[in-house]
Amino acid sequence: MEGNLNLTLKIWRQKNAQTAGKFETYQVSGISEDMSFLEMIDVLNNRLIEEGDDPVAFDHDCREGICGMCSMYINGRPHGPNKGVTTCQLHMRSFQDGQTITIEPWRAEAFPVIKDLVVNRSAFDRIIAAGGFISVNTGNAQDANSLPIPKDHADDAFAAAACIGCGACVAACKNASAMLFTSAKISQLALLPQGQAERAKRAEAMVAQMDEEGFGACSNTGACEAECPKGISLENIARMNREYFSAVFTSK
Amino acid sequence: MAWLSKSLNSSLGKKLLMAITGLFLVSFLVVHCGLNATVFFNDGGETFNKGAEFMAKNPFIRTMEIVLFGGLLLHILDGLRLWIDNKKKRPVAYAVVDGAANSKWYSRSMGLLGTLLLLFIIIHLKHFWYFSRLTDNLTEEHTLFHEMQAIFASPVVVVIYVLGCISLAYHLLHGFQSAFQTLGWNHPKYTPTIKCIGAAYSIIISIIFAAMPIAFHLNLIH
Amino acid sequence: MTKLDAKIPEGSLAEKWTKYRSSVSLVNPANKRNLEVVIVGSGLAGASAAASLAELGYKVKVFCFQDSPRRAHSIAAQGGINAAKNYQNDGDSIFRLFYDTIKGGDYRAREANVHRLAEVSGNIIDQCVAQGVPFAREYGGLLSNRSFGGTQVQRTFYAAGQTGQQLLLGAYSALQRQVGMGNVQLYARHEMLDVVVVDGKARGIIARNLVSGELERHFGHAVLLCTGGYGNVFYLSTNAMGSNVTAAWKAHKKGAFFANPCYTQIHPTCIPVSGDHQSKLTLMSESLRNDGRIWVPKKKDDPRKANEIPEDERDYYLERRYPAFGNLVPRDIASRAAKERCDAGYGVGASKMAVYLDFAAAIIRYGKAEANKRNLHQVSDEEIQALGKEVVKEKYGNLFDMYKQITGEDPYEQPMRIYPAVHYTMGGLWVDYNLMTTVPGLYALGEANFSDHGANRLGASALMQGLADGYFVIPYTIGAYLASEIRTPALSTDSEAFVNAEKAVQEQIDKLMSIKGTKSVDYFHKKLGLIMWNKCGMARNEEGLKMAIAEIQELRKEFWSDVRIPGEANNLNPELEKAGRVADFLELGELMCKDALERNESCGGHFREEYQTEDGEALRDDENFAYVAAWEYLSESKFELHKEELKFENIKIAQRSYK
Repeated sequence: MEGNLNLTLKIWRQKNAQTAGKFETYQVSGISEDMSFLEMIDVLNNRLIEEGDDPVAFDHDCREGICGMCSMYINGRPHGPNKGVTTCQLHMRSFQDGQTITIEPWRAEAFPVIKDLVVNRSAFDRIIAAGGFISVNTGNAQDANSLPIPKDHADDAFAAAACIGCGACVAACKNASAMLFTSAKISQLALLPQGQAERAKRAEAMVAQMDEEGFGACSNTGACEAECPKGISLENIARMNREYFSAVFTSK
Repeated sequence: MAWLSKSLNSSLGKKLLMAITGLFLVSFLVVHCGLNATVFFNDGGETFNKGAEFMAKNPFIRTMEIVLFGGLLLHILDGLRLWIDNKKKRPVAYAVVDGAANSKWYSRSMGLLGTLLLLFIIIHLKHFWYFSRLTDNLTEEHTLFHEMQAIFASPVVVVIYVLGCISLAYHLLHGFQSAFQTLGWNHPKYTPTIKCIGAAYSIIISIIFAAMPIAFHLNLIH
Repeated sequence: MTKLDAKIPEGSLAEKWTKYRSSVSLVNPANKRNLEVVIVGSGLAGASAAASLAELGYKVKVFCFQDSPRRAHSIAAQGGINAAKNYQNDGDSIFRLFYDTIKGGDYRAREANVHRLAEVSGNIIDQCVAQGVPFAREYGGLLSNRSFGGTQVQRTFYAAGQTGQQLLLGAYSALQRQVGMGNVQLYARHEMLDVVVVDGKARGIIARNLVSGELERHFGHAVLLCTGGYGNVFYLSTNAMGSNVTAAWKAHKKGAFFANPCYTQIHPTCIPVSGDHQSKLTLMSESLRNDGRIWVPKKKDDPRKANEIPEDERDYYLERRYPAFGNLVPRDIASRAAKERCDAGYGVGASKMAVYLDFAAAIIRYGKAEANKRNLHQVSDEEIQALGKEVVKEKYGNLFDMYKQITGEDPYEQPMRIYPAVHYTMGGLWVDYNLMTTVPGLYALGEANFSDHGANRLGASALMQGLADGYFVIPYTIGAYLASEIRTPALSTDSEAFVNAEKAVQEQIDKLMSIKGTKSVDYFHKKLGLIMWNKCGMARNEEGLKMAIAEIQELRKEFWSDVRIPGEANNLNPELEKAGRVADFLELGELMCKDALERNESCGGHFREEYQTEDGEALRDDENFAYVAAWEYLSESKFELHKEELKFENIKIAQRSYK
């Protein structure tokens, strides 16, 4: 007993992709405010193991908010109630004693559940593989400083490149749309001089792949931007739209 | 032309269609609202009837009417298609959704608001368009202005119109700025202005429209 | 006695790599198409190697245990990447980077490898910029640099506090490009559980599909382990939860020597432990030491809050002890100095195991500069504070936010509390100049090998090494081996070696599942971590190390008789994954202690309490210990030491001084 938070957890349990899942309710007590949300789940899991039950499976790795692996839908919001943080950086001081917390996996056709709270996000990898790169082989690239890039362009490109690929945008969107994710990469590369050569091709290919993966369209509700732990801006989606339409209407 | 249908059938293309038809309808509303607002001149509908007659007889306007219906139909069908497509993208729904935490309710309810608007438009068309274009009831003694007086005598109709205008306000409140975002017009310098104009437009247009049935009903216009 | 041949090319230091590159065997494009390379791990080293080898035409398979190659823990590196570009005109050069790295490593690294690293460092920056990595820039559009610990020049390139992320995403993009083109086959959520050795050569791996639990056999003409470090042997570290030694350890048991396992880097600036629930530690980038001043109260057990302690009652102990480098001394020195102060009773915070990292002076300094820049006169102290905070926010905003998120304290208003934590392991699989281990065809790249950082790594050099190995070294050196393999057809995975290797892996899994004991995997991991931290951590001594070895052996026995793994093996089972990794840590921990015990000197991250100068600095013994300790696995708890002597022909070996 390290702290004094007592909580009721309603957690989605699903054995594998083939079986149906359901919610299970657990009580946890003595939770410290200094724990991260995942450490609170660790406490629960340790107890489940001791009691001979199957612990809750969830994705996590770096636990410092950068790898993008953790992915819990907490009380109706991806990554929980705080702005600009991933689940692993959400701390229990953001919850009250006696609270009920509902924890669900990301829900999207393109993100099928693997087990409990673990989903398959390989669709994102395929979107990047379709065009989220600059085609330069390793070798004798020109000197880095021979290509000056205005600071504000570099800063904007960085802001877009800060995406961690966690999928909170998809989870938050009522249409399970991946536009924020896709547009962040398209934007980053469209803003840099290095990205110009493949600019049109990239926009068309990445959008096509995004649609093929089964993500929805954008309703411009702004939920993705509001829930993005890295503050990726909706401006990127607008930029992707420009990139895509100008590509479609001008390409040969 | 395969490229065009492919692009327009992409997730972005569908949105482009929504945005373009939406903005077209927005521009129509300006004309519609401006013309109808002449009833507030309180000249017994003289200006209004003149305008209505012009609209009914001018061949350009008549052509545009077809385009307008086309645009409306496209907007509806494309919206319906998007709604059905998007529904499929989350086959298992969340148990708890805290939508208010990250977006405005009306931005998430464009389908619903659109459907309400559609129902309203059907009633509205039956009231006036059907009456003026497809029947012979319009005479010098019974102008469109008189018809308005007659229709808005009913409190039920007035309530329906006011509700329709509220739906319109919220539909536009999101739709106006959303269309610009879809077209890629998002810029830190201009977007706040667009949002501002969008909000003002949505509210003013809807208030003017809603004021008509109320004013007629209360006999403030004669 | 030694079986070790580092295969260092002849010639003067500066010419070795150039000469090597023009004389190394090549594989013609048609043959490359028939040569398969298995790469385990998708961090900076793995992703860059996979992309580069696939571009050359090799058939590549990449394995990672995470759900996507982009999750590899390189992503968490914050501060930056070094390169001898000398863009700042402050006297940097390839030789100086080489010199700083050897000196920073306390003269325990191989000269030829380190010089090569310094030579290619510039190419890395060029390559990354070409890929679209958004490095920080100046208003003129050119790249920006900052300084880092252990150096007196500004050679660190960075992208806010997320340099590792940006570099990894660059390499990941290059990798995904090859995946899209069909040149790389990607196996995410797959964990390598053994190397397959045929006739003495590495010929593939056994991997477990973590979702289905199935074991798979994969052939490769060569196998590259790019699996990172083993800091998680301490349970609490800044590594990711999944970071593990399994791939390297399995290779070790199949014949690859493990070098310098006791060299562990303890990073000085991490957020202190807050309680028993702690699952990992979070780093606060070393770049903070550019502007933050480290201090403790001059009075023992001072109960006052930081802001209430007047200037003259503070002990800026790094500035006091090391006036030349001040707060920017290398990591091992900064860490030990913090431990020394806390052990002496001057620690701060509830646990008293922390020191302050204070930005108040920097805020005022930046505030004044900003006021001047904006032509503001007669500004109040509050306005200067506000301006200064803005500048600090721009430089370190994400780190400050992270600190506040974790501790609930606002570092703009009160100093951060920091304490050292396990961060990086300089030791790893022994490799020769070609990055090949002692098993032919088996390579180790990045943190997984031992070669470049000696006994202590300088900040911003891990990213440099990972990418150097993957982009610019392995594409050349692998040819030296594969050129002689062009006549080897792809082996059938039904061959005996594969079948037997899979059987052994299956047996271990069955054994783990059948124990059905009473304690969770974490219970053992935490216990092991505590033994390692207390007895083989920042300071070690003979007695403690001997005790640790006995305790680890005992714990290992208990693990194999009492661990409880719920669920089944034919399903996603994170507990089973952890169990396999902890089983390997329980063997590695023992070897680390043995290595530390054998090395009767203090150097870099290895500090033996018996060997220190009068003022508490590490005391090296170059006469007896200027060698790489490469351990060969014989059987459980039995290892044989092989020594690779280190020759310093281009650097005058000296007592390291930052005073």
